[in-house]
Amino acid sequence: MSERITAITMPKWGMAMDEGTVVVWHVAEGASVAESQEVVDVESPKIANAIEAKRAGVLRRQVAPLGSVLPVGGLIGVIADADVTDPEIDAFVAGYEPPEAALSDSGPSIATVEANGRTIAYLDIGAGDPPIVMVHGFGGSLASFMFNQSSLAEDRRVIAIDLPGHGASSKDVGDGSALSLADAIAAAIDVIGLTRFHLVGHSLGGAVCLHLAELRPAQVASVTLIASAGLGPEIDGAFIDAFVAAERRKEMTDVATKLYADESIVTRRVVEDMLRMKRIDGASKAMATIATQQFPGGRQSAAAPTDSGVPLLVIWGEADRVIPVAHAALASGAQRHIVAGAGHMVHAEAHAEVSRAIAEFCNAHP
Amino acid sequence: MARILTYRDALREALRQAMEEDPTVILMGEDIAGGKGAPGEQDAWGGDMGVTKGLWGQFGDARVIDTPISEASYIGAAVGAATCGLRPVAELMFVDFMGVCFDQLLNQAAKFRYMFGGKAKTPVVIRTQYGAGYRTAAQHSQTLYSMFAHVPGLKVVVPSTAYDAKGLLISAIRDDDPVIFFEHKVLYDEARDDVPEAPYAIPFGEANFVREGDDVTIVALGRMVHFAAKAADVLAKNGVSCELIDPRTISPLDEDSILESVEKTGRLVVVDESYPRCSMAADIAGLVVDKAFHALKAPIRQVTAPHTPVPFAPVLEDAFIPSPAKIEAAVRSVMKGA
Repeated sequence: MSERITAITMPKWGMAMDEGTVVVWHVAEGASVAESQEVVDVESPKIANAIEAKRAGVLRRQVAPLGSVLPVGGLIGVIADADVTDPEIDAFVAGYEPPEAALSDSGPSIATVEANGRTIAYLDIGAGDPPIVMVHGFGGSLASFMFNQSSLAEDRRVIAIDLPGHGASSKDVGDGSALSLADAIAAAIDVIGLTRFHLVGHSLGGAVCLHLAELRPAQVASVTLIASAGLGPEIDGAFIDAFVAAERRKEMTDVATKLYADESIVTRRVVEDMLRMKRIDGASKAMATIATQQFPGGRQSAAAPTDSGVPLLVIWGEADRVIPVAHAALASGAQRHIVAGAGHMVHAEAHAEVSRAIAEFCNAHP
Repeated sequence: MARILTYRDALREALRQAMEEDPTVILMGEDIAGGKGAPGEQDAWGGDMGVTKGLWGQFGDARVIDTPISEASYIGAAVGAATCGLRPVAELMFVDFMGVCFDQLLNQAAKFRYMFGGKAKTPVVIRTQYGAGYRTAAQHSQTLYSMFAHVPGLKVVVPSTAYDAKGLLISAIRDDDPVIFFEHKVLYDEARDDVPEAPYAIPFGEANFVREGDDVTIVALGRMVHFAAKAADVLAKNGVSCELIDPRTISPLDEDSILESVEKTGRLVVVDESYPRCSMAADIAGLVVDKAFHALKAPIRQVTAPHTPVPFAPVLEDAFIPSPAKIEAAVRSVMKGA
């Protein structure tokens, strides 16, 4: 029965989220939905985004009316095939209980390891090997993957890491090269105790993952590159410079809007979170060091190695304004997945589609 | 992330980290070590609210100085030490006691940079507690930040959260001008939120948008930010979308953020625990009348305490303080006819 009826539940986007509000229903009760169609928008005090249908079917119930506030895991709606009877749907709704994990107050929290003289912060959730290790982009943090990590972690262990200079990790970025960042992450992965893993890297994190794959080809099951650096020379240098310089909300808002095709995503909370990271002592200097090393004069200074023999998936938003989508073709032998209507933060803007592509690729390369 | 600290602990962490990074940072104040010299009582207090507890033990007599009960002397000494190369952080136990040390701030600290042709700097921070709701009566409960915001040459900080308290105190200590740092006595325990462990600095003059909305702009300070957020939650459920702005510092004041928001919403409610006359509420209302009058769709409403001393009787004290219900009513009144 559970395959015929699918619950739409309140997601957990980021560790601070414990409840969310239903703000827009995109699909009427009784209407058909396609897989990955946006069904409903929810927001928490920090974030707003759409929930997409996990499968095709009919939206049989809008359980949560507009404006209602639900805890994480709470039942928002029900998708089922048209031939499921109403009493079956009613029974499903009446008998629905959120999974235990969704209800636990404690939840996962960020852990740290000491490796090569640095503190590296990471968020480790889910179970199932080989795990996925996610590496965020320039100026981001492990929270960049908040829309992806929890859904990927339904099926396996997923570890999102703060790069040196970013998030809660140490601000020492060495010479600022992708290779030195990869060395730092490799050391952290050893201390965490991973022996074989998938890598997912966004932007700068993509270049770091390519170096990691070259350093540890036997340990890396696959690499997924999302809007990756290290493939071609072009990058929006004005974006990099403005990000390094931004100290106030207005400046950071201008920078942040370049990351998305849909600029309405850039709420003041999104900007505040970016500022919070940059305010940490040493963060701006660390980013300046990376920018000077890797993106001098608005160009990417060095290509990352793509010939380590590890299976590669490249995901890109067609409307990327930071690194051109044309770079997706530059990773030879890679599988490609281009997302229409999404920008540089394609994994947030089209999170369900991107998470699904990552999961399928990882499953295909166990 | 998800490192929850109280306002008190966030302030202590800021002081500790500032003292660790800069040996010229010293603390002065009444009972800030507490019971020093009395056997068994070393470092027992950490000031009236326990903010500095443990710092005397870590940094010793030379940097954590318990002073006599004489604000006139030690606030003056802190200002003088600042002009001579230290970065003192002096604790004025209650802002209500400003009267006995006001010349040191109003006519000395605030004027040095100006009167000495930019050749002097006065990097002193005066931390002080303010606000009603603690049953401490008329001489220990006042909200007096607007009196300092009135004075050119002083910077005035009014944090509402633990995150802001830490980042703004670090900025205050690193600042080369005198900063008056207002801590609401109820928030020491009630405000608890996510505070990064590493040191960080929040720039002055940058408001925080606590929530975004389209119908009404609410500007609130200190403890009132939390009350306004409660009111906004209730109003949101009734279809009224409030944008809540916390200026965080009132001198300098982030005028642009307030004006930008009012130009969008067309309505303004200002919430200030001060007495109403010559308050920040009146100041911000005046700013908007002056610079965004044509954006207004409704009269500005100010939610403040009444023009009366803070009462000691608990029911009267509770009635004195602006409440979420009063804020909600003010918002509804500016939404009439919308």
